[in-house]
Amino acid sequence: MSYFRADNLSLHFGGLKAVDAVSFAVEKGEILSIIGPNGAGKSSIFNLISRIYRPTSGRIFFEDQDITEEPPYDIAKLGIARTFQNIELFENATVLSNLLVGRHRHSTTQLWQELLFLPSVRANEKVHRRRVEQVIEFLDLEPYRDKLISGLPYGVRKVIELARALCSEPKLILLDEPSSGLNVEETDDMSFWIRDMKSELGITVLMVEHDMSLVNRVSDRVIALNYGRVLAMGSPAEVQQHPDVVAAYLGA
Amino acid sequence: MRFLFKTDYEDDIKLFPHSGYLVSYGILLALLLIAPFVLSSYLMSQLVFVCIYAIVGVALLILTGFTGQASLGHAAFLAIGAYTAAYLQKYNVPFPVYFLAAGGLTGIIGAMVGFPALRLTGIYLVIATISFALIVEEILARWESVTHGNEGMRVKTLSLLGVTVPRDSPTFYFLCLSVLVLTIVGTLNLLRSPTGRAFVAIRDSETAARSMGVNVALYKVKSFAISAAITGFAGVLFAHKLSFISPEMFTLQLSIEFIIVILIGGTFSLHGAVLGAIFIVMIDPFLTYLKDDMPGMIAGIAATFGASTATAGNIQSKVAAFASLNGLKGAIYGIIIVLFVLFEPLGLYGRWLKIKLFFQLFPLYKRATFKRQKIYVKSERNR
Repeated sequence: MSYFRADNLSLHFGGLKAVDAVSFAVEKGEILSIIGPNGAGKSSIFNLISRIYRPTSGRIFFEDQDITEEPPYDIAKLGIARTFQNIELFENATVLSNLLVGRHRHSTTQLWQELLFLPSVRANEKVHRRRVEQVIEFLDLEPYRDKLISGLPYGVRKVIELARALCSEPKLILLDEPSSGLNVEETDDMSFWIRDMKSELGITVLMVEHDMSLVNRVSDRVIALNYGRVLAMGSPAEVQQHPDVVAAYLGA
Repeated sequence: MRFLFKTDYEDDIKLFPHSGYLVSYGILLALLLIAPFVLSSYLMSQLVFVCIYAIVGVALLILTGFTGQASLGHAAFLAIGAYTAAYLQKYNVPFPVYFLAAGGLTGIIGAMVGFPALRLTGIYLVIATISFALIVEEILARWESVTHGNEGMRVKTLSLLGVTVPRDSPTFYFLCLSVLVLTIVGTLNLLRSPTGRAFVAIRDSETAARSMGVNVALYKVKSFAISAAITGFAGVLFAHKLSFISPEMFTLQLSIEFIIVILIGGTFSLHGAVLGAIFIVMIDPFLTYLKDDMPGMIAGIAATFGASTATAGNIQSKVAAFASLNGLKGAIYGIIIVLFVLFEPLGLYGRWLKIKLFFQLFPLYKRATFKRQKIYVKSERNR
């Protein structure tokens, strides 16, 4: 059994087949990239996994458990975190409280305990804070701890979103175009972090990406999609030379 | 300028970031404690109303300011609290019991309002809460066996542990003040815990909150319940302060006043609830003063500019007629809201922060510091 598996996954909007019978598997500890032209259905697959959309048909399995019918908030509790293509941060909160929301799935305190801020709540908060600090250190976010998101530049927001996902201590992380809108140096940093996430934190990565140099540098395997269907699957070099992929990008 | 050096994770959790806060809040508390022995009975009465409005303001801030769910139904929650107290009082239930019962019942009803409100956002939620308030108002008027309908209910003098506490006594003021302080402290505790952060997350992006494991529906209902329960507690105090309650006291106008409290005070901090409460309680006597004295004043000014006695008298009666128009108060409230939303969206507390920063940075203050930046437009929002 694979670590994560999508089985004949389909998403139809009326007659439009955004995702059409896509099957793939992710092995534990690998970095799998999904590439494809605009509108190929890459982000739709992510939205299916995190249950923003309900699949028309097909099943999704994670750690041998069928998660197709899980409510969206339970996906995070199972250990699947994600980032968004168009950053979805909590704009009017500080970086720190954004990252602490990432810890939400680990919070165990009850409402009445929080109203009184009992010692157990305080102790839990410190544990959360320490974990968040580790992520801040990992992603070099020290200068921004108390800044409001609404005042931060795009590149930093992108990293904070990654940080928020890491704060939930995920087993599987879904990165939706981690390098979009980043400059060359920032993309470089991102590629190191993605590899470190795999090697140091032991997180499995599923990533949608357009920047082929980033894909080549970090991916173990690549899936190419077009019109909601899988064109090719294999190592980055194999997929790039696959005739269907070349045709999809350049036109036949 | 003070620089904070954080050396412990405790520094991020503390309620008072540095000793300056302790000093200024200590002074404020001392002033509030000696107030009954210094201020006139009229001002003391106003101060009690400030406390009650501020409690409701904090409740509304939890729901609207921090969870992002607008409500124009808080007068109804206040009414439920007040009527529960008045009803239980008839059966000689002691104050602590009916105080808690009123909060509990209002909280449960708040949660019940929260469920249908889950699918509504923005203006539609506002309409739903208005409808709820109208329903409650109607029930209060019709359910005569419990509420005595439009005749209203008399509320007996508060008796706390065998001691009678008249509504204009310092003890009653201290009771309201301590409920306010407890509410504020409890809310601050909530806001620095996972629940409070989940509220803020729902306000700013439901999609992201959901994908971080926040059960959005559950937390919205929680927010409604907490907000309603606090308003219910305020309702008990309100009933005792007025000593008589009837359905026409809990109209839409009152709900709008509560919205004004947080809009004018500032929706991003609990300070806003208190500042807004002071504003709304103090504007009423000010408007009455204008209504009584302005016609004569304007006529006097006209006379000094050479108007004949007859013209001046004419002006006076015209202005007086205008000042006693029905709905003028509502219009003035409306204008105040519009002006604040346009020119000071951060409210009175935001203005205070700007003034404070101006002096801290003098002469280097930049107007752009508080300018809201909206550079990145979200193209695709999955609600």
